[in-house]
Amino acid sequence: MKETVKTELQGRTLTVTIIGEIDHHSARKLREEIDSALFYHRPKTLRLLLSQVSFMDSSGLGLILGRLTRMKELGGDMVLVSPTKEIDKILTLAAIDKTIPTERSVRKEDTE
Amino acid sequence: MKRNEINRMKLEFDATSQNEAFARMAVSVFAASLDPTLEEISDLRVVVSEAVTNAVVHAYKNRGGKIGITAILYSDRSMKLKIHDKGCGIADPERCLEPLYTTDPTGERGGMGFPIMQAMSHAFRLKTAVGVGTTVYIEFRFQGA
Repeated sequence: MKETVKTELQGRTLTVTIIGEIDHHSARKLREEIDSALFYHRPKTLRLLLSQVSFMDSSGLGLILGRLTRMKELGGDMVLVSPTKEIDKILTLAAIDKTIPTERSVRKEDTE
Repeated sequence: MKRNEINRMKLEFDATSQNEAFARMAVSVFAASLDPTLEEISDLRVVVSEAVTNAVVHAYKNRGGKIGITAILYSDRSMKLKIHDKGCGIADPERCLEPLYTTDPTGERGGMGFPIMQAMSHAFRLKTAVGVGTTVYIEFRFQGA
């Protein structure tokens, strides 16, 4: 597995792109990478881009909720961006989209 | 309608986190002859991943053990899955079915494993005994053309 995280800072908004599969096995490494970026940049907003996630189970929900907790500790907020159809189904089942603002429209600059 | 068994497989593998991906891939490839849709395959992968992760994390507490999967395909495009472990068992199975219930203290697990398995399959049954192990029985009925 080659799960990776790409980060991009614009002002005080950090966009984190997760590429690959999110399961219990990969979640630990993804969590460490995202958290180290959060503590380094201390953003006001975390945008988690999910359009390049090829698989996600409930470990991904844990990963997302854990990062929401970090962002609250930093006094910031969090947005989920462009979940795939499969991921959206899980977010909806768990009512995560009621807790965390979710942008479903695919923004052109995010996919390029 | 009477249904005939058309194919069956049995897997046994170590309860490691690496094998979560192996298990969901193996089962979804086995199911491919029933011609499920992409969405049905996606649901199947999630359900297998949840059950296997539960065995790795909760039943064996990340200390290893064996996980078994039996999968049977039927002529009416249904599939039965049995995923079992010989781990610690679940003391309070009713509570596990409640959304957001988790025994994990780190805040990094969502407590949605069982509710997702129920929502994404057509039938779901849990058999567990403390000190003996846990078996989940899951059924899928593929509809897609």
